[in-house]
Amino acid sequence: MSLVLALCTALLFSLGTWLLLQRRLTRIIIGLGLIGHGANLLLLLSGGRRGVAPFIGQIGERTPADPMPQALALTAIVIAFGVTAFLLALAYRSWQLTGDDLVEDDLEDRRIAATRSTASDEEVADQRELSAAEAALESSTGGAAPLEEAE
Amino acid sequence: MRVLLPLPVVLPLFAAGCSMAAARRRWLQRLIGIAALSACVAAAVAILLHADREGPAAAFMGGWDAPVGISLVADRLTGLMLVVAAPVLLAVLVFATGQPGTEKEQPAFHPVYLVLAAGINLSFLTGDLFNLFVAFEMMLTASYVLITIGGRRDQVRTGMTYVVINLIASTLLVATIGLLYAATGTVNMADLAGRIGHLPGGVRVAFALLLFVVFGIKAAVFPLFFWLPDSYPSAPTAVTAVFAGLLTKVGVYCLIRTQTLMVAPGDRPIGFMLAIAALTMVVGVLGAIAQNDIKRILSFHIVSQIGYMVLGIALFSVAGLAAAMLYLVNQIVLKSTLLLTAGIVDHAAGSSRLAEVGGLARRHPIVGWLFLLPALSLAGIPPLSGFVAKLSVIDAGFADHAWIAVGVAIAVSILTLYSMTKIWGGAFWGEVEVVAEPSDAMSRRYGATAPMLASTAALVVLSLALAVFAGPLLELCQRAAADLLSPTAYISAVLP
Repeated sequence: MSLVLALCTALLFSLGTWLLLQRRLTRIIIGLGLIGHGANLLLLLSGGRRGVAPFIGQIGERTPADPMPQALALTAIVIAFGVTAFLLALAYRSWQLTGDDLVEDDLEDRRIAATRSTASDEEVADQRELSAAEAALESSTGGAAPLEEAE
Repeated sequence: MRVLLPLPVVLPLFAAGCSMAAARRRWLQRLIGIAALSACVAAAVAILLHADREGPAAAFMGGWDAPVGISLVADRLTGLMLVVAAPVLLAVLVFATGQPGTEKEQPAFHPVYLVLAAGINLSFLTGDLFNLFVAFEMMLTASYVLITIGGRRDQVRTGMTYVVINLIASTLLVATIGLLYAATGTVNMADLAGRIGHLPGGVRVAFALLLFVVFGIKAAVFPLFFWLPDSYPSAPTAVTAVFAGLLTKVGVYCLIRTQTLMVAPGDRPIGFMLAIAALTMVVGVLGAIAQNDIKRILSFHIVSQIGYMVLGIALFSVAGLAAAMLYLVNQIVLKSTLLLTAGIVDHAAGSSRLAEVGGLARRHPIVGWLFLLPALSLAGIPPLSGFVAKLSVIDAGFADHAWIAVGVAIAVSILTLYSMTKIWGGAFWGEVEVVAEPSDAMSRRYGATAPMLASTAALVVLSLALAVFAGPLLELCQRAAADLLSPTAYISAVLP
């Protein structure tokens, strides 16, 4: 039984990791969900052998299951639920703003990487050029296309 | 102590609820927030005094004693962190009330900020590893909201990265807790400290490294820092200041706590941590030199300075840990101050890009001083507080013959000075250049509104006080470090 659960945990972690490496936020959210489930399963497994429900007065001679990991898993599930809801709202907001839920590149980082010299005049010229490019990017359809190229 | 210990958590949480109910009245929200955080300052001072005089104290929540119930523990390190965090939280809130934008437009700002404060305080206080996860989530969920508050396009972009990376770290923490529970049967830190020693050697080292990675992501050490310089600058300034000052430092605090309490002396990854420390310092400062925006330069400096703290921790000597703590205390104050000044520059000149602003020192001399003092302190110029902290880290490194790491630390501090002069030369000297003028008369004359200037000035005074009282502070840090290296008092306070 616990071998099956351990394999499930491994599967959830690996599938989640694969989805996390995608560029679309919805896939990342599903990936995070899977990894979260993997972690919760791991918490459950950490309780050791199975047993009867640990209610006072109903255990008798039998061995009860360890209630502690279940309490921990429950807390972790609730937290993951809240944060997933927040991420979905963020994905929706991104779709509203850009028509897509791609996780975009850091434009400023690209700008710095493109700058070779630090002389201030060149910097200003360079930045003007790049902000013009950025403006063009934003006016084009949704701004997602250049990022597809970057992938 | 039973009453005092939960106060820094309960007060802001209760105030958050009240603040939510007062969403229509901004003045009432401000009153609630400032009152709650001022009360936190008082509670934090009381906790530190008690912990310093009578040793670690513990309180148990929910009527269950440790190791089953959740325990709050305050030793000297916890007290010190609470005492430094509280005034920074208060000052940043005052700054936010004076800044046009977020605080005035968003009724959710005050409640969320107070939840953030409660989460930070709980991370310092908790004596239970799973409760630490809950505290992190409280703090992080509030920070997710604060970083995306307003929902602008760049905020949504950086918010995604920030939320995802933190969620991965949290899930990894849950997995680590699950594995620790499977191996030892407890999540209470003091109990773990006793039981973890009975595990096989390889498992102990694996746990030490897992905990290092989990809290390393939160603390933004090399190579787990890429999310930080990308996400912090796009938040509203006051928010960036509290993130820069406190969130990564909570990660560093957890590194100190877990690596000293739950990792046996023989299992500590000393060489590995020294290498990470050196790389964090170098990569962070090089990133800072390449940037052209004040907020981004400072964000890379956060990473670079984390390296110094990891260097102090990695020595695992009383001097090293004490130096790391002194550095931590300094950085909390300095980083918040510098980012608040960056916010003032943004407010006074309409931009924080070095190419677009200039001559601010002539235009607004007060703002110039508010930047210059913490900037020189960060670079480690005597007699400011940053110098004392840097000197004690380097001194501790020499004592333990960590020559390479100390050499790197010295070289990096010169580069730090270089990038501070870059900000100074770009934004404060030269021809007066502004993008947009602020609208009110006070800001046009002095550079910012009264609450913004007063709160930043208060933090500058605090950082100067850290230099004046460096001696007693270092002694306190040494006592705290000695406690950490022989945690019998901590353990017996939780498990009598």
